[in-house]
Amino acid sequence: MPARNTVAADPKGVDSGAHFMDGDHALAEGALAAGCRFFAGYPITPSTETAERFAERCPAVGGLFIQMEDEIASATALIGGAWGGQKVMTVTSGPGFSLMMETIGLAATTETPLVIADVQRGGPSTGLPTLTAQQDMMQARWGSHGDYRIIALVPDSPQECFDLAIEAFNLSEIYRVPVFIMTDETVGHMHEKVVIPEAEEIRVVERNWYQGPKGEYRPYRFTGRDVAPMVKAGDGHRFHITGLTHDERGYPALTAEQNDKVVRHLIEKIDSNAESIIRVEEDGIEGADVVVLSYGITSRIAIRAVQEARQAGLKVGVLRLITVWPFCEKKIRELAGKVKAIVVPEINYGQMVLEVERCAAGQCKVVSVNHCGGAVHDPEVILAAIQEAAK
Amino acid sequence: MWEIKFSGFGGQGIVRCALITGKAISLYDGKFATMTQSFGPEARGGACQSQLIISETRIAYPYCTVPGVLVALSQEAYDKYEPGLGDGGILIYEEDLVKPSGDPQRVRRYALPATRFAEELGNRLFANLVTLGCFSAITGAVTAEAMKKALPGLVPDRFLKKNIQAFDKGYEHGLALRDAVPAEPATAGAAQ
Repeated sequence: MPARNTVAADPKGVDSGAHFMDGDHALAEGALAAGCRFFAGYPITPSTETAERFAERCPAVGGLFIQMEDEIASATALIGGAWGGQKVMTVTSGPGFSLMMETIGLAATTETPLVIADVQRGGPSTGLPTLTAQQDMMQARWGSHGDYRIIALVPDSPQECFDLAIEAFNLSEIYRVPVFIMTDETVGHMHEKVVIPEAEEIRVVERNWYQGPKGEYRPYRFTGRDVAPMVKAGDGHRFHITGLTHDERGYPALTAEQNDKVVRHLIEKIDSNAESIIRVEEDGIEGADVVVLSYGITSRIAIRAVQEARQAGLKVGVLRLITVWPFCEKKIRELAGKVKAIVVPEINYGQMVLEVERCAAGQCKVVSVNHCGGAVHDPEVILAAIQEAAK
Repeated sequence: MWEIKFSGFGGQGIVRCALITGKAISLYDGKFATMTQSFGPEARGGACQSQLIISETRIAYPYCTVPGVLVALSQEAYDKYEPGLGDGGILIYEEDLVKPSGDPQRVRRYALPATRFAEELGNRLFANLVTLGCFSAITGAVTAEAMKKALPGLVPDRFLKKNIQAFDKGYEHGLALRDAVPAEPATAGAAQ
């Protein structure tokens, strides 16, 4: 992927200064700072505060907020908004995320840049509306039918909700791909200090606009490395956008060969750039016997267990996933050859642990510390798993 | 490090108490603060609580493990949360709404007529600011200056003055209580 230039954020959307803010509000502020000016959504606990904040700030910033009739319409409106020339976002939780799945596939195949935040709560179904979970991690990856790739990021604090919202928009523009922010009720409703920098310190990736003559625009190129520039609907370019397998002009091309070309491109544009997309945070990995791999709120709970384990003399490292999709395969393969065990606490019955097992490929023990929705882990349970794994 | 729980019934401004204190700490007192709260039906009536962790260093675990301070503005909240207050911890309670029933020697108790003081200022809605004044004086966990600076944006502009008066009233009462009750050699409160 050729490097993309960044520009300073539009100061209109940037509420610079120090705030005491919850994660949901920080998501809205991050989106506004990144240049998002269109939000279509449907309220659902525990994500509604993001929509409220965005709606409240819209008049001053010059954006548009629409409360749609449901989450299907919300997600679909984003595709229209994006092809209308805007950076677009919605926010939801499990039940709404399920409804958005069909459109997410449409966004993936039409290579439409958009950002969806899932403030996770306990499921399945309506589950636990007000209580935390990390149960949608695999849904983010596999939820829509067909083969495709997306990018998913997980913040562990209100500050990171702000920071990763900007990163999500930047990635969605660079790769023309749906990007998910997989946060959770705890981080969404937790208040902490959030520092919003001055606009000129915030780097945003602008849309790559087509500069060529009218009549020659092609909305796609299937290189598996980069993506075509975009145009605004209504600017006089003739092109077609469809969920059907399509050619470079966007017209239906319903053959096995073309499907192979399109799908390989959707996958390879992410996979071939995975190393520059993936971000993780490491602490004490070198020489560790056991590594605790976690993400989001659980990584903060795990820190207490890790500290106690270290005090007891165990060599424990920490690997926090900031990017969950694409998954850090290379890192896990290397790590698995060096440690006794990787311990994976997560607020679900064991989802990302399956990826860890796949990549570790039997080189080390992989221990799932699963814990279904409703609350964070008891750190003692994670500690016990670390102690057991270190034996 | 402080682990603080504010509790009462929904509508008393319990969540607002933690918000104001958290903002004061993290924006004006130069420390870290993490605030969590009851959410949903339980925050709208019944026993409602909000939790605040204050630390000199970055906070990982966001919840109270053993609170060193409990502010209880209703009997139900007191009954529910007092047993979880650490030994030697600080209990500040609304004396007209709460009849403490636990072991009087176990924790340091401070009685505050928050609602009555607020009504004297014209509206019982100021009871949470009276409480915060008292809390600040007794614990010393946050400075009065930072608390007052944190108010704009968190209380309606037209009631800012009244809220500051309510805070001062509670602060004065808190100082008197603090100086009247000899500090016990207990462990909880600040040092956890």
